[in-house]
Amino acid sequence: MRQCEGDKIPGWFHSSVGQEAAIVGACLALRDDDAITGTHRSHGHPIGKGADLNTLMAELMGKAGGICKGRGGSMHVADNSVGIISESGIVGGGIPLATGCAFSAKVRGVDQVTFCFFGDGAVNQGTFHESLNMASLWKLPVIYHCENNGYAMTTSVAQSHGQPDIALRAAGYGMLGVTVDGQSVGAVYEAAAEAVTRARAGEGPTLIVANTYRFDEHDFGMVIPGEPYRSVEEVEAHKRNRDPILLYRTVLLGEGINENSLRAIEYEVVEAVKQAVQFGLDSPLPRPETLPDYMFNSPLADHYGFGAGLERNDRHGN
Amino acid sequence: METDAQKLASTSGVHIQMTYFEALVQAQMEEMERDERVVLMGEELSVHGGAKLIERFGKNRIWNTPISEGSFTGLGIGAAINGLRPVVDLSVSSFVYLASDQIINQASKLRYMTGGQIDIPIVFRCCMYSLGSLAAQHADRPYPFFMNVPGLKIISPTSAADIKGLMKSAIRDGDPVMVFEDTRLWPVKGDVTTDPDHLIPIGKADVKREGEDVTLIAVAGVIRPTMEAVSALAEEGISVEVIDPRTLKPLDHEAIKTSVAKTGRLVIVENAHCVCNVGSEIAAVMVEEAFDLLKRPILRVSAPDIHVPFSPALEKDFFPTKDHIIAAVRRLL
Repeated sequence: MRQCEGDKIPGWFHSSVGQEAAIVGACLALRDDDAITGTHRSHGHPIGKGADLNTLMAELMGKAGGICKGRGGSMHVADNSVGIISESGIVGGGIPLATGCAFSAKVRGVDQVTFCFFGDGAVNQGTFHESLNMASLWKLPVIYHCENNGYAMTTSVAQSHGQPDIALRAAGYGMLGVTVDGQSVGAVYEAAAEAVTRARAGEGPTLIVANTYRFDEHDFGMVIPGEPYRSVEEVEAHKRNRDPILLYRTVLLGEGINENSLRAIEYEVVEAVKQAVQFGLDSPLPRPETLPDYMFNSPLADHYGFGAGLERNDRHGN
Repeated sequence: METDAQKLASTSGVHIQMTYFEALVQAQMEEMERDERVVLMGEELSVHGGAKLIERFGKNRIWNTPISEGSFTGLGIGAAINGLRPVVDLSVSSFVYLASDQIINQASKLRYMTGGQIDIPIVFRCCMYSLGSLAAQHADRPYPFFMNVPGLKIISPTSAADIKGLMKSAIRDGDPVMVFEDTRLWPVKGDVTTDPDHLIPIGKADVKREGEDVTLIAVAGVIRPTMEAVSALAEEGISVEVIDPRTLKPLDHEAIKTSVAKTGRLVIVENAHCVCNVGSEIAAVMVEEAFDLLKRPILRVSAPDIHVPFSPALEKDFFPTKDHIIAAVRRLL
């Protein structure tokens, strides 16, 4: 976020700080060849799935060395090499894609599972209803994982859900629904691993609701006018008592891991992030003439104005 | 110049007469035979035209979906990203609006937005009904909306041979392709090659009839009243060249310019509403790139900016008719 402050990261930037356990716990239950879909708040998902930090950071900065060549940015940092098929800036937009990804595995007879991440806001989209129905009907190997951080931007679950217990919705589709403490990486991992085992065994989808909390504002620098939608005390209490990283630190210390080992890991992470920032800063900007690159798999090259579209109306030099 | 049907008839190999609809089914069957990644999905598929396909390929290749256009379209897109080549049947073309978020925000954009990391080889079928008292919610021709979306290829062939060859190209293409079929063409018979590898390339127009005086571009179902009008005009000694763009995006600008260079006069006929339709785009391109070739203003004959009515009395002259087309041609002479 310091890079954001320094104007190195253009566009909207949605931090998932506070939601790390809900993301990483789930990713740990997956194989390398399993697929995931993310959201506009999905910087942590590629990291959890094992992506290279350098190309992620370069993408946030809009650089040619970015994982999406500077075409995606913060809301769409999908790294397909680790199984991410998309990160959708349209709330609920990735839910059908994850369902289809799992559908493909079923049709092709492979035992890959797909993990579909979304937030509490997406639960109210039609795609949630339609997709969960089809996944249950066809017993698709997909896990729907709701990172319930309590607020869709500023609208709370209480203000927008007729049934605020989101896991109960699963029953309407003949599907298992479970709620876990999303601040406990162990609890999230266990629920995810169980759902993955069921999906891989052909027993169909699961809806997991990981109750979590967003520590930062909806997006970086956003100022909400008028009455605050959540109190400073509420945010501070979560940061103090419900930080998933601090909580897991305590668990590890309790299990006998010594402080020095943890510090060594933390140092390693800081170094990796510093290196990624440097990689991003050093990476060149995309050249303007590359604008049309990556539009098509099968370009129709002899077509004027198609794909390239660069000539605009000054194509005759007027 | 020969039409594609004439070219087909003169090539070696077997040709048979079949309807547009039969050619469409045959194209899908041949591609399913050729590539096991091709799957079909849509509402009531097994009832409407799919029974033969299920018998041959089994239920794992043909999926009857719930009435969830938005999400089964997205499901097809996800499946395309993950190794299948789905043909998604959206049935009545007005239903494509429900699916348009997934087609526009996901299918058309994801390859670009991921810097080419993923491919989306998928076909969306949209059937355009027009005459028949279906009223405004079942009689849309929505292709102009999608022409404004980068990343989509759009075809609307008018003959049995063309739908077969273009549908096969669409299924083999590596990107999302939308097929707008005009159901008025389904029963029309034509010569079709049985060669399973005969493809018609996306992006190439076809001259359906040669002429000297006026160029007439006919989009999708209006090819029928257009051909009737052109025959009537020929009896009066007026020679009209008919071009079927076959692909609406990308449009074959060169084919249009070649014809207008000969005739100097251009009429575009289509069933879409008149504001921002294919005719608008063609007219704009011709004015920008070939103004000097034109002897007279460009005319468009299309549906008015009014919804499709239910009553046969109101619907009868709603879409371009033979008489409308004849009148437009006369205005240019």
